[in-house]
Amino acid sequence: MVKIVTDVVCPFCGTLCDDLEVALSDDGKEILEVYNACAIGATKFLHSQASDRITRPRKKQEDGSWKEVTYDEAADYTAKMLVDAKKPLMYGWSSTSCSAQGVGAEIGEEVGACMDNTATVCHGSTLIAVQDVGVPSATLGEIANRADRVVFWGCNPAHAHPRHMSRYSIFPRGFFTGKGSKSRKMFVVDPRNTDTAKMADVHLQLEQGHDYELLSAVRVAIRGEKLPDFVAGIPKEQIYEVADSLKSGRFSVIFFGMGVTHSLGKNHNIDMAIMVTRDLNDYTKAAIVPMRGHYNVTGSGQVWGWQFGFPFCLDLTRGFARYNPGDSSSNDLLIRDELDAVFVLGSDPGAHFPVGSVRKIAKLPSVCIDPHITPTSAVSKMHVPVAFVGVEVGGCAYRMDNVPIETKKVVEPPEGMLTDEEFLQLVLTRVRELKGAA
Amino acid sequence: MAAIQINLISGRTIQQGVSMESGKEKPAYRDACGILELDDAEFKRLGCFKNTNVRVSSEFGTVVVKAIGATQGPHPGLGWIPMGPWANALVDPNTYSTGMPTFKGTPVTVDAAEEEIVLDAIALITEECL
Repeated sequence: MVKIVTDVVCPFCGTLCDDLEVALSDDGKEILEVYNACAIGATKFLHSQASDRITRPRKKQEDGSWKEVTYDEAADYTAKMLVDAKKPLMYGWSSTSCSAQGVGAEIGEEVGACMDNTATVCHGSTLIAVQDVGVPSATLGEIANRADRVVFWGCNPAHAHPRHMSRYSIFPRGFFTGKGSKSRKMFVVDPRNTDTAKMADVHLQLEQGHDYELLSAVRVAIRGEKLPDFVAGIPKEQIYEVADSLKSGRFSVIFFGMGVTHSLGKNHNIDMAIMVTRDLNDYTKAAIVPMRGHYNVTGSGQVWGWQFGFPFCLDLTRGFARYNPGDSSSNDLLIRDELDAVFVLGSDPGAHFPVGSVRKIAKLPSVCIDPHITPTSAVSKMHVPVAFVGVEVGGCAYRMDNVPIETKKVVEPPEGMLTDEEFLQLVLTRVRELKGAA
Repeated sequence: MAAIQINLISGRTIQQGVSMESGKEKPAYRDACGILELDDAEFKRLGCFKNTNVRVSSEFGTVVVKAIGATQGPHPGLGWIPMGPWANALVDPNTYSTGMPTFKGTPVTVDAAEEEIVLDAIALITEECL
């Protein structure tokens, strides 16, 4: 009889949906179907069952072919690479659990590594802005129950966070938003006419890269001051209209994404978005929430925040934590040729860093810990597949609004396969042996 | 056929997410992300049909992708490549001391390259880096 596992947490995006149901085969070993998930989340669960999955570590040979090795050999190689390096980069940490991130941080301290997570190419700009000007925020639960003005600025949840609008921001019938989407007014600011924009009450199709100007103009309009006829290609009448609508709501929320963090201006764009939110609080309740990408990039920032005081771009090479984005950030370290080894876990810089940075990784001793074959594993010297967190092992993850949620184990990993935390423990033990501390 | 200049941005699509989770080494990932979405007006300027392979070049690299009609348009003056190694073959790695490369707003030149093929992710990164 098919067994249904309920209340499963989806380990894909920062929405961290916790209402999935997974149908298992009679023996509980195979995932047959995934209910309630978006297309991406369902694929993640089902792909873990792929027959062509790599289940043992493999080391690249001189001729470019791969040779299978044991987990102990892989841990030994990884530990020696990190101990021998003067300035290794330990990157990723966003598709794994908080406890694995904690073990990784111990290794980083032992070997004096630079440590960075995927925020460095995602919401790093946001983290810097929050340090600059603070952040008036709220949980997604508060937003579902209260928000009646919802802005999506430079983000496209219809594609990137497919269940965000149905679970939290637009469609749910909350305590004070009993009519669901009819209780809310939806604004989208995006240079493309995205599928999210097509659903909006108002779409501001701004000129790409002019977010700072338009955010500033919204602040001007909120204060009732004069605007030029057009700002970022948007007529002033429309800007006044949006500002008045946001002020007149009972609870306004701004969700923002890579359109703002990746465009020129970067952290200063977010400074301005946060200041819009702060200004709105003079008239009503307002909050701002970044649309975090990986399901536990937020947790990575939390773990490092409480361990080192900084959420990304950590430099532990001097034996204490320093933080200086632009200096201790992955892409800058790579481009400046400052690193002599690269360790990647729970991320794919091979696909998601500029190719100029990937070329540098390819030249260095490198280890990639990832259940999948990826562009990063293709350029690495050692590939260590591990169990999927949230599918084959549980663990804590933080949702985009900084709410921790315990993910669930649904099935056993393939026989003999380690979790990333178990592999990191092997590496940590070996590092301590090599350094004579064990 | 003429070369055109456009402003390139990238980002997620649902097809990018699904194909990424199905295996980045598979052809489906190339089909989802090795594309350039352009408005009809840009195809007219380019002088080629939709679904033609094109060469996209920036100051930082060159990549061959398939040009298709904008699925979330119109977006005048903008080209769109879903996030992945094809888009990142063109991106400025300079962070201007923020830690964040400038992923959005890359000036690129597009010209038809009907004879060339779109490489899969592993072949592309191998050719670029190894």
